[in-house]
Amino acid sequence: MAYDSVVCVKQVPDTANVTTEAMREDGTVNRGALPTVFNPEDLHALESALAVRDEYGGTVTVISMGPPKAADVLRDSLFRGADRAILLTDRRAAASDTLATSYILSQAIKTIDRYDFVFCGRQAIDGDTAQVGPQCAEKLGIPQITYLHEMVSIRDHVARVRRSIGHGWEIVEAKLPVLITVLESANRPRPPSARRVMRMKRARVPAEVAMEVKAEMPDAADEQLAAETERRVQELRESGLLIEQWDLDHIQADLSRCGLAGSPTKVHRIQAIVLTKEGYTEVQPSETGIKELIHELVVDRTWG
Amino acid sequence: MTEPNRQGEVWVFAEQEDGALHDVALELCGKARELADRLGVSAGAVLPGAGVGEMAKKLFLHGIDNVYLVDHPRLSHYQTLPYARVLETLIEKHRPQIVVVGATAIGRDLAPRVASTLRAGLTADCTALDIRDVTDPKTSVEHKSLLLQIRPAFGGNIIATIVNYDQWPQMATVREGVMPLKAADNSRAGKVVEEKVEIDDDAMALKLIQRHVEQRKVNLKGARVIVAGGGGIGSRDNFKLIYDLAGAIGGAVGASRAAVDGRLIDKEHQVGQTGTTVRPALYIAVGISGAVQHRAGMEESAKIIAINTDRDAPIFSVAHYGIVGDYKQIIPMMIKAIKEK
Repeated sequence: MAYDSVVCVKQVPDTANVTTEAMREDGTVNRGALPTVFNPEDLHALESALAVRDEYGGTVTVISMGPPKAADVLRDSLFRGADRAILLTDRRAAASDTLATSYILSQAIKTIDRYDFVFCGRQAIDGDTAQVGPQCAEKLGIPQITYLHEMVSIRDHVARVRRSIGHGWEIVEAKLPVLITVLESANRPRPPSARRVMRMKRARVPAEVAMEVKAEMPDAADEQLAAETERRVQELRESGLLIEQWDLDHIQADLSRCGLAGSPTKVHRIQAIVLTKEGYTEVQPSETGIKELIHELVVDRTWG
Repeated sequence: MTEPNRQGEVWVFAEQEDGALHDVALELCGKARELADRLGVSAGAVLPGAGVGEMAKKLFLHGIDNVYLVDHPRLSHYQTLPYARVLETLIEKHRPQIVVVGATAIGRDLAPRVASTLRAGLTADCTALDIRDVTDPKTSVEHKSLLLQIRPAFGGNIIATIVNYDQWPQMATVREGVMPLKAADNSRAGKVVEEKVEIDDDAMALKLIQRHVEQRKVNLKGARVIVAGGGGIGSRDNFKLIYDLAGAIGGAVGASRAAVDGRLIDKEHQVGQTGTTVRPALYIAVGISGAVQHRAGMEESAKIIAINTDRDAPIFSVAHYGIVGDYKQIIPMMIKAIKEK
């Protein structure tokens, strides 16, 4: 019995390595200067889907919502073995909070239509909210299983999994379809396959093709650019290297539920973390200095 | 979309498991009390479970006026859909203006599902909650007495204040230990409101096969002294020095996210916004640079000692004592000094 999976992946700024170049003079973060990465837990979500396909047959479709540059994580997914990749990109989706994002993703998943599993990473490192997975499940009207630790078995459209509950685990069964959010402990993501990289490194979304054409032909007229873009898109399509690109109209999204309009949470204020040196007592890294420190802690009853 | 109900109560999800209320639920009761007083409304708690009625009293003592009790055999163990059904039904019926939920494994599974059904806003892992009038810069409309939902974002490099003008209830999750647990007030009493919520077979989509609960091996919240290591410790072997110091001083071992991500130590030791929030009498940060993510989880410690080779490490900004140097030399000196005390 074969099972079809949809995997939601996100390209995120590498928040773990915010370098000085990415900090502005006023202490705020310049997102554009940060390197981007495949959201770590999403790689484990992808691996879960690939493992299901390898064992039972079926397909793996990867979707990502973001700017054209987010096609990077879709190419990476193709290199690792995904069958199909779709980029959801639309300026009207910008500034979506988790509620609007989950609405848009769920519309896209409904458009894909056929699925037994939806896999998501538990959370993305730029927001750490862990909300989009459960919210997608609600919008799709299917059960959710959060914090996947191990896929135990799948039989007759019933999945049995082990999930973490923080201070232990539980094994639960769910009839498919189901949405599962995946922890890093669930598996080891396979690396990109060299053969697939060779074959698919030229895969592009139409928006990327348009940008490349524009860069190569800076003096060309608009019609010329459009014609050349169309020619290259057609060529990619014929060689199976076109990554699908969908907008909000394609997924029949209600625009009042997308972007800023569809987001109940509004950012009222952003404060950069400004480090205030309030001054501390500097202790010399010597036997005497440390002896005095310990003595002081005993005297003021902090310790002892 | 639910319209604002400015007379609505401030609600807490009273998370309980295996016969006991979760600490974070009691911590949030105190915060709900404070927010309700500022708004001039009552504080409520939703208590779903099987045979949990006795727990209402404890909620009253921690500041709750009305406990909405839903006692049903199908609620004996937490499951997303039946618990979500309870919250959605009661929120639609009573229309609280604020709903706060502990950011536990259960709360982070439940709150987004409920917010999605209600099409309400939800802010995860708030480190502070406040009430203020806020003017929408786009429309210049002033919104009275909104809930300010304050949280670190972007890997802890910024602090964001989030508001929800009109798609209420205003929902937020808060991690355990972030709000102080206030002492029970034995003079307080409240009212139990028994509610019936239908939980049909559709809601029982998941079948629980087996459940295994482990005792917490690491008790960071209860520790008077914590010795924590960061990415600067370098290897799992080197963490032994951190354990040695903790052993000598009688403390628990903590760690930064960098140390956990680098697999130097297990996740249950993690202190910070995505780990445990602590406020011990003494916190010794060793080889921890001090990202906001980490500082948010320990800066309320009574005394902080920072040990780092980098004089400019942000950890020194919250430290009371700073030692610039190599921990491999400093820790043995500390152990010696402690033993000679």
